[in-house]
Amino acid sequence: MEAAIKVEHLTKTFGEFTAVKDVSFSVAAGEIFAFLGPNGAGKSTTIKMLTTLLHASSGSITVNGINPSADADAVRRSFGIVFQDPSLDEDLTAWENLEFHGVLYGVSKKVRAQRIGELLNLVELSERKNDFVRDFSGGMKRRLEIARGLLHHPRILFLDEPTLGLDPQTRNHLWSYVQKLNRDEGVTVFFTTHYMEEADRIAQRIAIIDHGTIIAQGSGDELKQQTGAQTLEAAFLSLTGSEIREEAGSSLDHMRQFRAMRSGGRR
Amino acid sequence: MNAIYIMWLREVKRFARSKSRIVGALGQPILFLVALGYGLGPVFKQAGQGNYLDFLAPGIIGMSIIFTSIFNGMQVIWDRQFGFLKETMVAPVSRLSIMFGRTLGGATVATAQGVLVLGIAVIAGFRPDWFGVIPAIFVMLLIALLFSALGMAVASRLRDMQGFQLIMNFLVMPLFFLSGALFPLSNAPAALLWVARFDPLSYGVDALRHVLTGSAAFSLSLDLLVLVAVTGVFLWLGVFFFSRIEV
Repeated sequence: MEAAIKVEHLTKTFGEFTAVKDVSFSVAAGEIFAFLGPNGAGKSTTIKMLTTLLHASSGSITVNGINPSADADAVRRSFGIVFQDPSLDEDLTAWENLEFHGVLYGVSKKVRAQRIGELLNLVELSERKNDFVRDFSGGMKRRLEIARGLLHHPRILFLDEPTLGLDPQTRNHLWSYVQKLNRDEGVTVFFTTHYMEEADRIAQRIAIIDHGTIIAQGSGDELKQQTGAQTLEAAFLSLTGSEIREEAGSSLDHMRQFRAMRSGGRR
Repeated sequence: MNAIYIMWLREVKRFARSKSRIVGALGQPILFLVALGYGLGPVFKQAGQGNYLDFLAPGIIGMSIIFTSIFNGMQVIWDRQFGFLKETMVAPVSRLSIMFGRTLGGATVATAQGVLVLGIAVIAGFRPDWFGVIPAIFVMLLIALLFSALGMAVASRLRDMQGFQLIMNFLVMPLFFLSGALFPLSNAPAALLWVARFDPLSYGVDALRHVLTGSAAFSLSLDLLVLVAVTGVFLWLGVFFFSRIEV
């Protein structure tokens, strides 16, 4: 099957610090893929490179067959993303947030109206479409963001910890939507999470990254077998160790440090 | 093109909806018009300078525009904190068009605010040359573009609202007070005039006086030339810093 995402020998350094080191993996089209790792392991940096927010230091990436560094806009049109933190305009209504996205992504007016209606139905927000997002609960916002990420018919959906801070009911609902989308629209899903049982239940394949390198890849069962663990959580801990990680800082912090160093502490 | 339009529309919608922001932004100009216009008017007249309200009104219009535009430019910081900035940064459109749309939106809003202040000044007793109103709106838009772009450039370099007070006190306030908005530059001390010549708002307020009251310190062509040139520079700076934002 054609690969939706193909990453080969990907490396990202910020000055002296290597955030991602010689990482290779591929995600098949139509697959649900989980990308796991402790805090500061290189997850966010990798997602940022896949989604054109950061350039790779070396190695190659193709997303839907396109190299993000060569044609960022083409790649951007081909994926949808739900960020870890909310990224909606709270002073606009649900409909307006989607409308805004549609215009930015060049979705034609006719298609836009219809698609927005469909998606609001899908995430069960049709009745709230004219309400301001600031009045929405955390779960509603997350659902709206997923709808937004799908508006321009992306072939890949990136979900960066989509269920963080949501109650079990909402989490359950949210994953049913995602599975339904994957089934009905054939959308490839690439997600990160700290909830191991979610990854085990939802993902067809899992990659675990630690200290910037991929340390294990396979289905949930394969990873459990490999480590002789009962649960994915136990497998994860045996692969990554059980000591608590001090977060090495976000990639943004590394970038800032690096730039401050280069420019003689201008900031 | 669509991206510019939707960014513009967002700014305008957000403004039109926030009644408290509109009313709040009118409070200060009204206070200045009443306290200074009526309070200092008699002194100004005795000094042989004519009607102070006619002199002051264009300055207060300029004030409301610079405050509103810079504040709008600074909205980038809110968008960063509320995460919305990421949505625009990962969209398949150039950062140039995003920045440009935002600047146009902020400038439109500030111009609308300027027109409102003009209306209030008229109610307070300001008698402009009515043929100058349309050109005045054009000048307001230029001033608004200039300072929206400046606000955006500054905000692109800031991480949170902590720096906002600093910007207000060390950038916006000096720009306003040293611009000749409140006092005539024609007989200001040489040092003050020298400083005012480096303040783009001086030329903005001066251009407004040209078209609204016919009396001013510099020539109208110099005013417009400086405004257009500085707007160009600030837009370029804004695009430069905005495109370097990391989210």
